[in-house]
Amino acid sequence: MIKFLFDRDTWQEVYDSVSKNKLRTAITMVGVWWGILLLIGLLGAARGMENSFNRIFGDFATNSVFIIPSVTSKPFKGFQDGKRVQLTLSDLKKIEENVQGVEFVVPKNQNSALVVNGFLSGNFTISGDFPVSNEVQKKQLSQGRFINQNDIDLKRKVAVLAKDIYKQLFEKDENPIGKYVQINNINFKVVGIYEPGNIEFSGDAVYIPFTSFQQIYNTGDKIGFVMITGKPEFNISQIEQDAKLLLKNLNKIHPNDKQAFRSFNLGKEFDKVTGFLKGMQFLTWFVGLATLIAGVFAIGNILLITVKERTKEIGVRRALGATPFEIKRQIVVEAVFLTMLAGLFGIISGGWILIAIDHFWGQGEDAILVNASVSIAVVFIALIILVILGTLIGLIPAFKATSVKPIEALREE
Amino acid sequence: MLEINQLHKSYAIGDSSLHVLKGIDLSVAKGEMVAIMGSSGSGKSTLLNIIGMLDEADSGEYILDSVTIKNLTEKKAAIYRNKFLGFIFQSFNLINYKNALENVALPLYYQGLKRKERQEKARFHLQKVGLLDWQTHLPSELSGGQKQRVAIARALASNPKLLLADEPTGALDTTTSSDIMAFLQQLNDEGKTILIVTHEEDIAAMCKRIIRLRDGIIMEDKIVTQVRAEPHV
Repeated sequence: MIKFLFDRDTWQEVYDSVSKNKLRTAITMVGVWWGILLLIGLLGAARGMENSFNRIFGDFATNSVFIIPSVTSKPFKGFQDGKRVQLTLSDLKKIEENVQGVEFVVPKNQNSALVVNGFLSGNFTISGDFPVSNEVQKKQLSQGRFINQNDIDLKRKVAVLAKDIYKQLFEKDENPIGKYVQINNINFKVVGIYEPGNIEFSGDAVYIPFTSFQQIYNTGDKIGFVMITGKPEFNISQIEQDAKLLLKNLNKIHPNDKQAFRSFNLGKEFDKVTGFLKGMQFLTWFVGLATLIAGVFAIGNILLITVKERTKEIGVRRALGATPFEIKRQIVVEAVFLTMLAGLFGIISGGWILIAIDHFWGQGEDAILVNASVSIAVVFIALIILVILGTLIGLIPAFKATSVKPIEALREE
Repeated sequence: MLEINQLHKSYAIGDSSLHVLKGIDLSVAKGEMVAIMGSSGSGKSTLLNIIGMLDEADSGEYILDSVTIKNLTEKKAAIYRNKFLGFIFQSFNLINYKNALENVALPLYYQGLKRKERQEKARFHLQKVGLLDWQTHLPSELSGGQKQRVAIARALASNPKLLLADEPTGALDTTTSSDIMAFLQQLNDEGKTILIVTHEEDIAAMCKRIIRLRDGIIMEDKIVTQVRAEPHV
């Protein structure tokens, strides 16, 4: 069989028979070509969309939840409802110790303040942070560094500015690192500039050490809100529930109080998106494969007609000593060859489609489809499916061809 | 060479059956050139098909070159046809998208010969029929007589024991017919055993023995003095 496949005559026969009627061959191949084109094009677009979502989420830890204390809605243990909930650093310590699957607990305090640099000034969000904040949402630093443990320990007056804030407070091309800005009339040394990602919980902000924030606003152990990230193997919704229950317990809040904490579960949102993308991919495979199968059937159909037309020729070949197996093998090879050829054209033109998609929708910062592409593995799977389908469909005309007795085939006019 | 004893064959037509061959006894020795004659429906084509292993007899014995031809699978029949028999058809039956050389080489392909060897042999046989210069021409570019000569070359290619010709001149004019017959006579002179089915008396007269069939039995079987065909080329 291997020898047969590498025999020049085999392919001469295939070439002769498919080139005998070029138009028909071409029309036959359109079905499979179109199927593969759809499969590649749609899968590539789906991948592009996935990449685009991934880019939006960027370096943000996606299995994370924000918990923001609010006001109680149920009286509990002698407290009236309407009590303002206040979280403290010790609450967070308990979360870290008691909730299973927690990776980071990131406390934050935020305030709005006037930031001044000489004659330039503006009102911006001031965020008191720990270095771990950078673990959860990696800051793209264009200059300098983020807050470090020394800053925390020494309560240094240092600040990391968002790029837009830097632009408002500094002259163009001025190097801000080492310069001072005034926050609430206190001098802070600029140590870094970051470029905001697509998801910024705090918007553009001035980051200062958590301890410095405590000092200038006199917040003590109180914190504004907390962000918790889960280890990858843990379910973030469960972590959210556990953490909230623990916090309610620690702060004497009714366990069923739904309003005491507001929260935003990024993991859940992310799962919705990935679920949607999975659905898209499934649909793509379904549509692509269905079209492919239809295309392969078209090839089988045309080969049936071809075989019918060639009844006499096949009769002659058998009179000259071709065994039924040799006839069948030839027809199956033709079927596989046609499907493969059409498939390859489909893959090539699918690639062009992806290049076009990339050209029109894949450029720039806010591209809808980023790097729309399919993996080589997908291409191979598609080709293997084609070979299998081509072989199966080729068997129908093959058996048809040899079901006619050679004597009857020869009598055919 | 060829032994046939009490050969019977009937075809089912609807509910009834048609008894086409009603006990044929025939013996052909090596080097004979036999014409099988008969009107249509006499069973001559059926007999040729059975001899050609394209069809199988209901009963009776068929021995070709000391091999009993019986209970053939399609595969075995194909191999025997390739090894023992060369077919020449009335309508030539060349493959229209293959050139003369490829057509002649086709039986050799099914014999499993290598390409080089095939082409060499095919050229040899094309030369024998005088068409080596036409080897790259498609059948559509050849005249009727040329086509039949290519077909003869193809039948000879596998060096068969027996040449079976079904109305080989049926589609040709008189001049071309005698060319073809002259060539078949020449092959016979060289020792090939040839069986020709025909309904033309003058073609039959160019053979060495005439068998007449009517209604499925042999009416007459006689040795004749061969009329030599006059080649016009």
